[in-house]
Amino acid sequence: MDKKVVFHSRWLPYLLLAPQLAITVIFFFLPAGEALYQSLYLQDAFGLGMQFVGFDNFTRLFTDPLYLSSFQITGFFAVGVAILGLTSALLLAYFADRVLRMASFFKTLLIWPYAVAPAVAGVLWLFLFNPSIGLIAYWLKMMGVSWNYLLNSEQAMGLVILIAAWKQISYNFLFFLAGLQSIPKSLLEAASIDGAGPWKRFWSITFPLLSPTTFFLLVVNVVYAFFDTFAIIDAVTQGGPGKSTEILVFKVYQDGFKGLDIGGSAAQSVVLMAIVVGLTIVQFRYVERKVEY
Amino acid sequence: MLERRPYLDLLTYTVLTLGVIIIAFPVYLTVVASTMSAEQILAVPMPVLPGGHFIENIRTVLGRGVGESANPVGTMMWNSFIMAMGIAVGKISISILSAFAVVYFRFPFRRLCFWMIFITLMLPIEVRIMPTYQVVSDLGMLNSYGGLIIPIIASATATFLFRQFFMTVPDELTEAARIDGAGPLRFFKDILLPLSRTTIAALFVIQFIYGWNQYLWPLLITTDKSLSPVVVGVTQMISRSGDAATDWNLVMTAATLAMLPPALVVLLMQRWFVKGLVDSEK
Repeated sequence: MDKKVVFHSRWLPYLLLAPQLAITVIFFFLPAGEALYQSLYLQDAFGLGMQFVGFDNFTRLFTDPLYLSSFQITGFFAVGVAILGLTSALLLAYFADRVLRMASFFKTLLIWPYAVAPAVAGVLWLFLFNPSIGLIAYWLKMMGVSWNYLLNSEQAMGLVILIAAWKQISYNFLFFLAGLQSIPKSLLEAASIDGAGPWKRFWSITFPLLSPTTFFLLVVNVVYAFFDTFAIIDAVTQGGPGKSTEILVFKVYQDGFKGLDIGGSAAQSVVLMAIVVGLTIVQFRYVERKVEY
Repeated sequence: MLERRPYLDLLTYTVLTLGVIIIAFPVYLTVVASTMSAEQILAVPMPVLPGGHFIENIRTVLGRGVGESANPVGTMMWNSFIMAMGIAVGKISISILSAFAVVYFRFPFRRLCFWMIFITLMLPIEVRIMPTYQVVSDLGMLNSYGGLIIPIIASATATFLFRQFFMTVPDELTEAARIDGAGPLRFFKDILLPLSRTTIAALFVIQFIYGWNQYLWPLLITTDKSLSPVVVGVTQMISRSGDAATDWNLVMTAATLAMLPPALVVLLMQRWFVKGLVDSEK
């Protein structure tokens, strides 16, 4: 993948790369290195003393029931967001693909939650589900549900999953629609002549052919749920009630900026980096080979 | 469609219409809420038709602000605009330059540079907030537009997108330019840049939205409220102490305003938006 015709200059390429590399080094490598370094030290809250403690911060982390439960919460949250976001997007994309002529009309109507900021999405849904004035909360109460996500942790978790999935639907929808439209119609027609109904055609042809897209979206959705949902949590539940919606990125922020536990927060950052690296490798190693556009 | 099945057609339109309604409902109600007076919005259940106080609410929100912080939303919208534009333009500029360097030159440490950029994919700001905050604070960039923009303009995805596009530009063009005596900068400006228009437009849409919707980073580094972008401002208008203290009609007006610019960008530039999204994930 290299160009045959290139330009020659001793200094120009470095000059062109300089802004990008400077920012990368100052705002990416330096802080990441700093996080690695701090994770091995114990620092008092005022930044006055530092003591080398080796892997103590990590040991402390993985024996801390609060951290382990934050892990579980994040896992549950990510699975919830991925399942809800993927199934509803696939359903919509499947039907939008059927109405070929109006597909772009529905596309326009369905894509714009992407443009809504996660924090603003949080506020919109908060308003609908607010226990005292929210319209949906009112409907739920009419139906006999005692709705109060500020007190009930399952309801709080359900709400943040709903919001995060809502934000992600348009993205999933676009990729599913593209995937569906690239399936050769002749295959489906042949199956149809052989007497396969729509249900059978979906499960035996469409869905298997869509599996690379689905796997790619699964990884993307997990990454999204892990790292891009801070604003939703902060706007809606702030980790509560109790710690029941305190996902990992929220905990890093909470422990670092509010709790001033710098070593612990740095250790958490390092764990998170390991998770992103893992997910990115999965995405590139596995997905790049399997997904065909 | 393969065959006529009236019930399936009916199901199709039912599902799609329901889908659109469910997806649009929170946004619809936000806009409706932004047209109400404080009394109207507190009625239980809340009315689902517009209330006629829209202009009044917009005026209050833009000029005076909402809640305890009472920072005019007009100022916040301006901050968001500067930040979104800065991030979009900044990312595109530094990425296109570095992609040009990596594709069109052979030089020592080329691979190393490439990998250094690549690795930033794996370091989202959320996972290194404390130390990045410290770096920015040491550089004296807290509470400044520079601090809001510069730390997040390095972009591996944008660099790859440009790199991929440059790889498809035929070598003959470069050859011809060289024979005509054009140097690398001339070639970049007169040939590569015009050819990259679509890619630039697509990236601009995605990055503008990305910049406008930033939350965690501005929350941390703008302790001076007059620099807060509107996305951060909206969540801070909600009182955590009790429901009565929140001016919901004004909060929803501010939310409507905060949604407007990125939604417009998506609607007006839909073609590029989809291209940018699909391409940048390849």
